[in-house]
Amino acid sequence: MAPLLEIKGLKTHFSTDDGILQAVDGVDISINKGETLCVVGESGCGKTVTAMSILKLIAMPPGRIAAGQIIFEGRDLVPLTSQQLDEVRAKEIGFIFQEPMTSLNPVLTVGEQIAESLRRHEAVTRKQALERTIEMLKLVQIPNAEGRVHHYPHQFSGGMRQRVMIAMALACKPKLVIADEPTTALDVTIQAQILDLLQDMKERFGMAVMLITHAMGVVAETAQRVVVMYAGKVVEEALVDDLFGDPRHPYTQGLIRSIPRIDLASEHKTRLEAIGGSVPILVNPPVGCRFAPRCRHAMSICTEKEPVLREIAPGHRMACHLGDAS
Amino acid sequence: MAGLTLASPSAERAVYSPWRETWRRFRRHRLAVLSAFLLLLLILAVLVGPFLWRVKINDIDIVAGMQGPSLAHPFGTDDLGQDLLARMIYGGRISLAVGLAAMLVSVFVGTLIGALAGMSRGALGHGLMWLTDLFLSLPPLPLLLLLIYLFRDGLKAMFGPEGGIFILIVLVIGGLRWMPVARLVRAQFLSIREKEFVEAARALGASPVRQVVRHILPNAVGPVIVAGTIDVAAAIIAESTLSFLGLGFPPDTPTWGRLLYDAKDFLDIGPHWALFPGGAIFVAVVAINFIGDGLRDALDARRVI
Amino acid sequence: MSQYVLRRILIAIPSLLGISVVLFVVLALAPGDPFSELATNPNVPADVAASLRAKFGLDDPIYLRYLHWISAMAHGDWGFSFVSRMNVDQLILQRLPATLYVVGSAQILALLIAIPVGVFAATKPYSLFDQIANTLAFVGFSLPTFFTGILFILIFSVTLDWLPLVYTTDVKGTGIHWVLEMIRQAIMPVAVLGLFQAASMTRFVRSAMLDVIRLDYVTTARAKGLGQAKVIVKHVMRNAMIPVVTLIALQMPAVFGGAIVTEQIFRIPGIGSLLISSILANDTPVVMAVTFVFACLVVLFNLIADVLYGWLDPRISLR
Repeated sequence: MAPLLEIKGLKTHFSTDDGILQAVDGVDISINKGETLCVVGESGCGKTVTAMSILKLIAMPPGRIAAGQIIFEGRDLVPLTSQQLDEVRAKEIGFIFQEPMTSLNPVLTVGEQIAESLRRHEAVTRKQALERTIEMLKLVQIPNAEGRVHHYPHQFSGGMRQRVMIAMALACKPKLVIADEPTTALDVTIQAQILDLLQDMKERFGMAVMLITHAMGVVAETAQRVVVMYAGKVVEEALVDDLFGDPRHPYTQGLIRSIPRIDLASEHKTRLEAIGGSVPILVNPPVGCRFAPRCRHAMSICTEKEPVLREIAPGHRMACHLGDAS
Repeated sequence: MAGLTLASPSAERAVYSPWRETWRRFRRHRLAVLSAFLLLLLILAVLVGPFLWRVKINDIDIVAGMQGPSLAHPFGTDDLGQDLLARMIYGGRISLAVGLAAMLVSVFVGTLIGALAGMSRGALGHGLMWLTDLFLSLPPLPLLLLLIYLFRDGLKAMFGPEGGIFILIVLVIGGLRWMPVARLVRAQFLSIREKEFVEAARALGASPVRQVVRHILPNAVGPVIVAGTIDVAAAIIAESTLSFLGLGFPPDTPTWGRLLYDAKDFLDIGPHWALFPGGAIFVAVVAINFIGDGLRDALDARRVI
Repeated sequence: MSQYVLRRILIAIPSLLGISVVLFVVLALAPGDPFSELATNPNVPADVAASLRAKFGLDDPIYLRYLHWISAMAHGDWGFSFVSRMNVDQLILQRLPATLYVVGSAQILALLIAIPVGVFAATKPYSLFDQIANTLAFVGFSLPTFFTGILFILIFSVTLDWLPLVYTTDVKGTGIHWVLEMIRQAIMPVAVLGLFQAASMTRFVRSAMLDVIRLDYVTTARAKGLGQAKVIVKHVMRNAMIPVVTLIALQMPAVFGGAIVTEQIFRIPGIGSLLISSILANDTPVVMAVTFVFACLVVLFNLIADVLYGWLDPRISLR
């Protein structure tokens, strides 16, 4: 079965004063219908740019899709104009952003902001759009939806605003929802509620979800399949159980070791591990493996030759020279 | 969208001294560089001009009146046959001097009030800001006219007709334009006061005056320079406006605005009479404004009101 | 909302009082007695001079004199113009419409130019259009109104002879002809003032648009597939207008300054030219009153800006 969305060799570049910044440098990701795919990695690894490139929501210029294909239901989105993409946006692919505090327009009521999407993509009257909007607000469990629909964003809490964002993204019943760190800006207690809601909505509407996050805990809870990104590249990809059970790439191993384990803490007293160093700046990136400077297993080949992404077990792919030796 | 924020590239660039870096950025604004050159030329012309062009500003020659530009009179003559080039050189000195002096007044008053308002947290600070807002809502030109109307005779008696009006105009123009500087300086105070190096200085027992002079004011210099530059242009316009309304310098003092005022009734027969001084005001003002824009880029002072 | 408007009005009152204090202090500090020439002015009957002196209570302490003055102003007793031989308030009411007509039309012209140009320039930053618009705006607000006025007269009246040189209130003709002539004679003054305003407004609009255009909620709007025009108008412009309103309000004092100059050049019988002629004629009550009226107009326009601000930004009026 062909995947719902297939990103092939995507390169997104930004021109800066100091040269070309290769934010996304040859990424392959595919998502099947009804699947939840998590994309993980540190901030600055290119996850958000990858997601924004799908609907060309990056600022262009300075951004530019330099190469690659983004095939959605058999159609390549890259050559489409912004106008043609407008037919895909929200209707086929919905987007939930990271910052519920700044992602809603402060001068329009939340109802208007949800309804305008409906009116744009479906032949509905103003009244029908309002009814559908209230219905959506009820679905995302906003109390007193009939009254709240006429309120402005500043009258909602962060968690409630993210519910509004979810309602907005799902209003036109898209086949794919891209959620870019939807819980990062929220309190821990609210985070779980929002993830549950997202899961609930996914089951109700049967859409695929591409969830971008840097929290491995979120991955373990929600994902079916996981893509690990580092410095603009995919370094490992696997089903969620394989990834946590048998992480192959040193970066993935580091990410998993950095999760606090309350259940183990009392007996084993293992130290929480951090990965030393930080993501390199992607203007003139180093030759070879981009993780090498921070990798505890780095060999001489790692600074000379770039590892390629290849299948090491069914459905499990990674890009590291370590695997070659075994 | 955190993922889209580009990593700051400046860390990797070779470190220049702040003034070289400023100059490097200023040079990129081509119109500002051209303007700086033009303004220097203009200043040089009014300073050196009288030594090279020795025609008197008040040589009356009715027969040669209302002539267009010629070799004998490069900018032409007015209705009395007075040489316009000589008069403009003289007027330019006054216009530029008024602009600079009024800017100094406004920067001085603004810094003083802004610093006082920034330092005092209590009623004094609030009161000064209310005063600043009040002055911002006063219409400057009517007030300027009113002040000149009320005070000119007194000052004329004390400092002579030209000196008195110069002092009055400079004080009044400067005194009505200090508000942006005061706001800038106060904003700097509020943001910098809590920063670590000032805290450290305070912990080391630096006196308030010392803190202000050594640590806070230098940080406010960039935006204040930009505001000051624009003030020079505004003061030149204000002075020309007064003279144009016939309420500035005395009639026999040929400032650029006064020349325009005298010329405006002869537009049909002597357009050159109006065009040269008007053009000079425009060139000076546009050049200063472009320099201010270049400085704004160079000093990274985007937040200027 | 109405509560918000009421609060803004209450805040405007202290400003008005503050302005009146400033004006009065200036008058009181002025060297010499501003009414001394009444005694020597042959136009002023002796009893008028005496009653004026009594009314202003020139020997009272300063705060009493202020209270007298402000209560007289509040009662509509603005004094008597010795030059025009009529009450100051009547004189001003007679002159005010011309000023408001010219200033108002100029503001509308400025908005009609600045909003489309600024918005379009911001959607294509650093394009050729943007650079030309930016440079023209810079040149525009560096050109003093008295010089543009003279240039306009030189080009359109003297050289081309298209437009009348002098503005007049008693236009000849009736009906449609009268309307057309009123518009025709206002073209130059309105253009001079409007273009000057448009220049700085264009820069405000452009920079406010650029500030908003990169915000998160604009990306949200684009993700809804709304289309460029709708995103710009509904999401960016609506938000960008909020700071623009404030900046325009801050410009109002300068606008009235420009109005004085324009009225003087084109001889429009408004309160600006009244101020100049009164100063030249030493007509103190009129000078004081006109200055105060200008200050009131500025406060009034600030009030209008505040109300607009509350209407544009629900976060303010609902608080």
